[in-house]
Amino acid sequence: MTSLTFLPLVVPLLIGISILLIQSLGLKRQRLISFLGAVTLVWVSINSLLVSLEGEPQVFILGNWVAPYGIVLVLDQFSAMMVLITSLLAIGAIWYAIAQQIDGKGAHFHTLFHIQLFGLNGAFLTGDVFNLFVFFEVLLLASYGLILHGGGRLRTKAGLHYVVINLIGSTLFLFAVGALYGILGTLNIADMAVKIAELPAEDYGIVTAAGLLLLLVFGLKAAMFPLYLWLPQAYANASAPVAALFAIMTKVGLYAIIRVHGTLFGSTAGDLAYFYMPWLLALGLITLLLAALGVLAAKGLREQIAYLVLTSVATLLIGIGLNTPAALSGSLYYLIHSTLIAAGFFLLADMITRGRGVYGDQFESGNPIYKGILLGSFFIFAAIAMTGLPPLSGFFGKLLILSAALEHDWFAIILITILISGLFIIIAVARSGSILFYQTQINQKPEITPFNKYAFFAVILLLATSPILVILANPITAFTESTALQLLDKIQYIDSVLNALPIERPQP
Amino acid sequence: MELLVALSIGFLTASGVFLTLRARTFPVVLGLTLLAYAVNLFLFAMGRLTIGLPTIIDSAQGQYADPLPQALVLTAIVIAFGMTAFLIVLALKARAELGNDHVDGINLAQDEASLEHTLPPQKPNKQVGKTR
Repeated sequence: MTSLTFLPLVVPLLIGISILLIQSLGLKRQRLISFLGAVTLVWVSINSLLVSLEGEPQVFILGNWVAPYGIVLVLDQFSAMMVLITSLLAIGAIWYAIAQQIDGKGAHFHTLFHIQLFGLNGAFLTGDVFNLFVFFEVLLLASYGLILHGGGRLRTKAGLHYVVINLIGSTLFLFAVGALYGILGTLNIADMAVKIAELPAEDYGIVTAAGLLLLLVFGLKAAMFPLYLWLPQAYANASAPVAALFAIMTKVGLYAIIRVHGTLFGSTAGDLAYFYMPWLLALGLITLLLAALGVLAAKGLREQIAYLVLTSVATLLIGIGLNTPAALSGSLYYLIHSTLIAAGFFLLADMITRGRGVYGDQFESGNPIYKGILLGSFFIFAAIAMTGLPPLSGFFGKLLILSAALEHDWFAIILITILISGLFIIIAVARSGSILFYQTQINQKPEITPFNKYAFFAVILLLATSPILVILANPITAFTESTALQLLDKIQYIDSVLNALPIERPQP
Repeated sequence: MELLVALSIGFLTASGVFLTLRARTFPVVLGLTLLAYAVNLFLFAMGRLTIGLPTIIDSAQGQYADPLPQALVLTAIVIAFGMTAFLIVLALKARAELGNDHVDGINLAQDEASLEHTLPPQKPNKQVGKTR
């Protein structure tokens, strides 16, 4: 089954290229291929997840050059989980883009979308730091195209900031990679962990500096304080399916922190073990507080959801920073929930924005919304899930993280910050819901705006994951617990990467 | 040689950071280019600075130049080149759409006047008939 590891990479790449080739056949055929590609990707991802559940990380040796000299792809439970979330997100976003005809508003939407999926899956599967950089660039370049999709002044302005900040991030990434290579002489994550375990004390300084530089780069991707300022405008101004797909982009940064820092500076790293954890925890707490204030201060619904994404990132940073198996397991549960719900919320916000006509998503009293009861009910549902109220999955995710936090030295600060910011965002979202749905101009009739029920199905698809996460909470938490244990077991990861056997050449 | 390379990297980085912090898009593009040059040199130096050595292990020479950083630099150059090209096009688009080349797209009065035909239509007056 090892040969299947590369499929989540190859499928979107081939689909992306073939959509480019059939461009002359018209948008309808592109849509068909794109959607079938996304369905195939879901199937491939489920397959990968089943393979990863067998226990050992699956290692695919590219070009049959064994690690640490060659490049490897590693599929363990965590990467398989991320790949599956990405593909579910992709299917919702593509469905919505096709149903609302957003994909026709600019060139190459589907190609860029699949190339972005290629970059995302590559970042999740690679076992090599430089390859991680390359896949980051692939997904970023596709995202630059997607964020500008549809055009418009605000989009151009937000896109320019997004591109510049990410280019600076790429440069810093290369500085960090260069410094690590200069000391360790390898770029394979497993091999680097081995080299760090044997590191002489005089090299600790430069390796720590490079590690913190990498944390800065991944923190930029994950929108960690003080590097989050690009996120709200970029997400609020992107078109709805793009914003929905970008819900996974911040999680890529978190994934990279867990994977690279967790492996390099994990339990095997001697004096350097987990030196970055206090940084993560403290910065996560500050991010959470500022993001909650941002949710309160947002002037439009999409900006508010962008800040809600930021609160979920901050909660995850805290969960990772707690550095216990229980906290990591809770964070993984919260990660699944927050990614899919945020994406569904972005799509729902687009439906609401369309329903309000000229008032857009601004928080000001406008016309009553056409089909307001349906949209309003789903708004309440998404708001409850996103703010972490019972009985939906956000509550359970936060509960798992909070109960793990009780054992930490800083538990008072952590509990106070999470609960107070939770109160802030509940107040803010309740207020925005009442402005959007109740505080309408009474003497006006609802403007009949086209309501696209096919597009609404994508919203339902993504939001339905929340009750599913609650109903299946037992098997899913069992899965996240075993994933967390696998992530903390560095020896198994290092062994399976470095001892992976090449495929034997057929005898002539 | 070490001092010269270190000074070059430092000077390129400092100039790059300075230019990146400027308020207009063109200096920012130049600054990012300089930063990319600096990082390429840095990556190259991380394979240790050697002169006249082959990139293969040769028992007659005793030492070898590390080929991996050279491959990394090659990749980094290509990526930085593509990104810079994209950024220039984006900066031109921003200049055309926002009417000036300020990174924040500040709307100056004279820019606004030249933009009238590209602006989105104004919202209708919403002050009438509020419920509360």
